[in-house]
Amino acid sequence: MESQQDILANIKRRQFWDFVFALTGLMSLLFALITLITLIVDLSLTGVPRITLDFFTSFPSRFAGKAGILSAWVGSFCVMITTAFCAIPLGVAAGVYLEEYSKKNWVSQIIELNIINLAGIPSITYGLMALGLFVYQLKLGQSILTAGLTLGLLVLPIIIVTTREAIRAIPNAIREASYAMGASKWQTIRHHILPYSSGGIMTGVIISLSRAIGETAPLITIGALTFIAFLPTAPISDVPPFINLKWLMDPFTVMPIQMFNWLSRPQAEFHVNAAATGVILLMMTLIMNGGAIYLRSRFRKKMKW
Amino acid sequence: MRRLKERVIETVLFLAAASSVLVTIGIVGILVVESIPFFEHVTLKEFLTDTEWTPLFENARYGILPLLSGTFLTTVIALLVAIPLGTVTAAFLSEYVRPAWREVLKPILELLAAVPTVVYGYFALLFVTPLLQKIIPDLSGFNVLSAGIVIGMMIVPYVSSLSEDAMGAVPSHLREASFAVGASRMQTSFRVVIPAAFSGITSAYILGISRALGETMVVAIAAGMQPNLTLNPTEPAATITAFIVQVSLGDLPHGSIGYQSIYVAGLSLLVLTLCFNIFGLWLRKKFQEKE
Repeated sequence: MESQQDILANIKRRQFWDFVFALTGLMSLLFALITLITLIVDLSLTGVPRITLDFFTSFPSRFAGKAGILSAWVGSFCVMITTAFCAIPLGVAAGVYLEEYSKKNWVSQIIELNIINLAGIPSITYGLMALGLFVYQLKLGQSILTAGLTLGLLVLPIIIVTTREAIRAIPNAIREASYAMGASKWQTIRHHILPYSSGGIMTGVIISLSRAIGETAPLITIGALTFIAFLPTAPISDVPPFINLKWLMDPFTVMPIQMFNWLSRPQAEFHVNAAATGVILLMMTLIMNGGAIYLRSRFRKKMKW
Repeated sequence: MRRLKERVIETVLFLAAASSVLVTIGIVGILVVESIPFFEHVTLKEFLTDTEWTPLFENARYGILPLLSGTFLTTVIALLVAIPLGTVTAAFLSEYVRPAWREVLKPILELLAAVPTVVYGYFALLFVTPLLQKIIPDLSGFNVLSAGIVIGMMIVPYVSSLSEDAMGAVPSHLREASFAVGASRMQTSFRVVIPAAFSGITSAYILGISRALGETMVVAIAAGMQPNLTLNPTEPAATITAFIVQVSLGDLPHGSIGYQSIYVAGLSLLVLTLCFNIFGLWLRKKFQEKE
């Protein structure tokens, strides 16, 4: 028999180790958060003073002080639009099919397994695929279109997964009510499922674009140039039909590539430019992610079925 | 008419879903097709056993080992950082933190994974390396150590978030039973929750490993892009991904041996990632059977 004192000592000891473990957990969490804060502060201290209006309106230059990110941010913007046009319809359609239509058979199982696996495929292999397929087989060149398609395919699984989650949260009663009114499957999806899941889908779209905007490796692989001192063709022209899509086929650079280019030079002045670009990139991704988190929490609160 | 429209819509949606499979087929297909000509120049034996990788030099050598050692080394360092940190953080969030706080802390932690990798490259090269040089004075300006540590920090949220999801999914009656027989929260965490969530935690680790293997920009910026057959983390080295970036930065004619070499490198990376994923699946299966 253990005496009461032994038991008390035993409890004390376990409480002590429990406390130590809790402290270790807190430390690891804080360490991760402090790393994030250090990164932001370190980058900002170097980069923020360099961010002036001129920085946004100048092309890259041999002189660090005169260089800017005009072609880079315009390029990023164009590539993002192309990515969104490619990935959103495809991803949402795939998500709707998998949740609302697909039957449990081997085809749907392969698709499901494949989507899980796509998350683990290194992003640079998407770049290699795009170089072989889009650039050389389909002769799209090292263009904004190629970049948009590449990043679109890269973020496709994110959009599919978030669309599915949003649709799955809609209770079956909604579907049954719609069918009871005589609506067809598509009418139910069009008028009920899609509107009710739009908040969740938006979250996925924002997260996927924030991922795409910082993605560098696949674009370097398709041969995006690092020194671009001109802008893509304007999308609006003065001759009918006034809108042209020539910009899709133009060469481009994007902000992360510009940052990489400046970072790989030995001179510290260029590193300052890299830091400034980094601050802008970081702020954009943090704002987009913050927005997605906010949207998700608001959506959850509002939807009380 | 309405029925026809429904059929057409269903078909279109199915094609969209099936396109995700085409992406995989496209990636594997292109990598294989573009790699095949490479092995007309280089024997498989040379590729796997030669200790130098210099496809762009005049005296070209095609041994994948230096790239594999670089990839292996960065991944191991990253995992040494990410797995303990991520797992302990997950256990802490899941067992010790109130749900309201968890809702706030988890998304903030996930921001670590949202930071663009090129920004992490900056951080590794211009913050972590100088910091480490104060501790290890003969650390080279480009080194595997700081790249590995930074990648590790970057994948902490992948590990912690998915592990925490798995731990959160463990039914609470298991916890209550453990508390009822007098176990502390730490004992419950280690002996009940983590074993019960093992399958989910394994997939978290596997995703972390896949990320670390495929990470490109941090190593390309901070580790120096020099193929180097070494296991010394204070030296510069190149990973498979860093080599692909290095070659892509130059102008490479379609169909040249240099062009083929990046596809061979990419294929090796894909095979490596696949091996780890299959290993993870096997591990999960094996453990699930035991229960």
